[in-house]
Amino acid sequence: MRVTRSLPALALLVVAACGGGDGGPGSVRRLTGAGATFPNPIYSAWFATYAQTHNIQINYQSIGSGGGIRQFTEGTVDFGATDGPMTDEQMAAVQGNVIHVPTVLGAVVLTYNLPSLAGKPLTLDAGIIAEIFLGSITKWNDPRLGALNPGVALPDRDLTVVHRSDGSGTTYVFVDYLSKVSPTWAEKVGRATAVNWPSGIGGKGNEGVTQQVRQLEGAIGYVEYVYAVSNGLAVAGVVNSTGAVVTPTLTSVTAAAASAVFAPDTDFRVSITNAPGAEAYPIASFTWLLVKQDNPDGGKALVLRDFLRWMITPEAQATASELQYAPLPEAVVGLVRDRIETLTSSGSPLAG
Amino acid sequence: MPSSPDQAADPSPRGTLVGWNRGDFYFKLGLTVAASMVPLLLLFLVWELWTGAKPALDAFGFGFLTGTTWDPVAEQFGAAPLIFGTVLSSLLALVMAVPLSFGVAIWLTEFAPHRLRGPVSFVIELLAAIPSVVYGLWGIFVLIPILRSTVFPWLEHVAGFLPFFRGPIYGPSMLSASIILAIMVMPYIMSVAREVLNAVPGSQREAALALGATRWEAVIGAVVPYARSGLIGAVILGLGRALGETMAVTMLIGNRHEIAASLFAPGYTMAAVIANEFAEAATTLHIAALAYVALALFVVTVVINSLARILIWRVERKTPSR
Repeated sequence: MRVTRSLPALALLVVAACGGGDGGPGSVRRLTGAGATFPNPIYSAWFATYAQTHNIQINYQSIGSGGGIRQFTEGTVDFGATDGPMTDEQMAAVQGNVIHVPTVLGAVVLTYNLPSLAGKPLTLDAGIIAEIFLGSITKWNDPRLGALNPGVALPDRDLTVVHRSDGSGTTYVFVDYLSKVSPTWAEKVGRATAVNWPSGIGGKGNEGVTQQVRQLEGAIGYVEYVYAVSNGLAVAGVVNSTGAVVTPTLTSVTAAAASAVFAPDTDFRVSITNAPGAEAYPIASFTWLLVKQDNPDGGKALVLRDFLRWMITPEAQATASELQYAPLPEAVVGLVRDRIETLTSSGSPLAG
Repeated sequence: MPSSPDQAADPSPRGTLVGWNRGDFYFKLGLTVAASMVPLLLLFLVWELWTGAKPALDAFGFGFLTGTTWDPVAEQFGAAPLIFGTVLSSLLALVMAVPLSFGVAIWLTEFAPHRLRGPVSFVIELLAAIPSVVYGLWGIFVLIPILRSTVFPWLEHVAGFLPFFRGPIYGPSMLSASIILAIMVMPYIMSVAREVLNAVPGSQREAALALGATRWEAVIGAVVPYARSGLIGAVILGLGRALGETMAVTMLIGNRHEIAASLFAPGYTMAAVIANEFAEAATTLHIAALAYVALALFVVTVVINSLARILIWRVERKTPSR
């Protein structure tokens, strides 16, 4: 082996990459956010459009609502995003310095695989959905299902429940609904992003649930509305709290939010499942951005406030409809508009 | 190393090879640092898992390992179905993969036409490079429909008297996950086994054949025993891969926290639950429980690997001197 005295190759070269300083407040051109995966398509579209017109780069990572809340609490991102509101305990961890800003609405739909129905719509009500997912209705020709679906030939087939295996805001909305309408569910299972399912098999993600429902005749599962629409899935109509059968559409989802009653000082952590409106689809929910009420970084606070103002404009909300997200109803937009004007930086109101 | 033309330009005289050399010193230092990184990283990992799992350790103690409830709402966590699922799916995968892999490896080294050996080995090694999510998707779209419509009903028909092949057939199940795992670990076991068998000296075969052994007897009596510890090593490599595999398993196993006798029933594994729930876990105890699962997976891996090491060691000791 040759020996050379010059063996500097092993010296570690440390390159310290210096970030170009942000300058003073007001010159911020970059924001980071993280959280919910469900609204990721609309957020990406908004941030891209906004970047073109306002020269602001907003970097959003769809890591899941739980991760969004964690990163927001730890202060590693400028804003978080979640499908399920923060709990009081989580709010306490940030000393209550957070506003939940509703952005769009999502809905959870029930999809099923029953070729013998030949395209006839299936109707379910709250009690039946709860019993199916509790595992106490096990056959499609159960008389309770038959009574609700006169004229539909329900087969003598085993009913297989498919649920999400990964923790998910979709699951949260669905079990939140079940907890409201079924005391048994509330007591035995409860609400969270992942629960102890009494029956069925778990599929990973909307695509996992859909695939298992598609492949298994007699299966029923729940998926995100946007996903169901873009994949053309068979979707059940649901009897809402007024007794009307409602199919999930953008209009019926927005109607759910419109029929919810908000106190003027609401913190927007409002569940709109099982909403009272006659046209309201009952398994719907807001999705939120988490923003600091008082942000010490005045520059970022200002940029974020401006973005939020833009987000509730009619054209931004119209983008949401194009992507199959239900836009916020007028009343909620008004409340949000008022609320984002209360954002402060180190105690003083923001300029402009 | 053969001397090169620029040898003359080398300023260091030959003599310094024996004594202290600055270059050697840095070289040795660099290597030592690099080598100590691995155990340090491992220690750091264990420490990190331990502190992460602390709330769950305090709340559940060792009962966590035998508990069967996994309820994030009530904050009751038990990992027995997960540990069961991980160990069972990996062992089932080995039961299917090992005979097949060894068979192919023996065929490749002993019986295959020479022209075929290269291409076949190449194809097998390509299989190892396929990402696991692709295996998972293939499993959902191709494997599960075949299993559900053909293989599982047939198994139920011929072996339904056993509790392992009974009950409703959903498709996603412990057996489906084990089959995809077997397919995934096969290339690893196969290529290592092939290398090991290739390294058996030709004289070993020739001696057996000269004593009148058939080809089969030469392989079983002379080649395989010679390569025994290497072959066990190949199996351990496969086992390690199977224990830690996440994506394909979670897509095929059905993800139910349950210990079922039937292999048609859905199950769950430790790696899968972490992948599924970590992103959305909101409460401290839930996150800690997932860290505890990771710690348990680490311990299971260490225990299984140690057992395998002991096995190799005993096999090597028993093997008569060559």
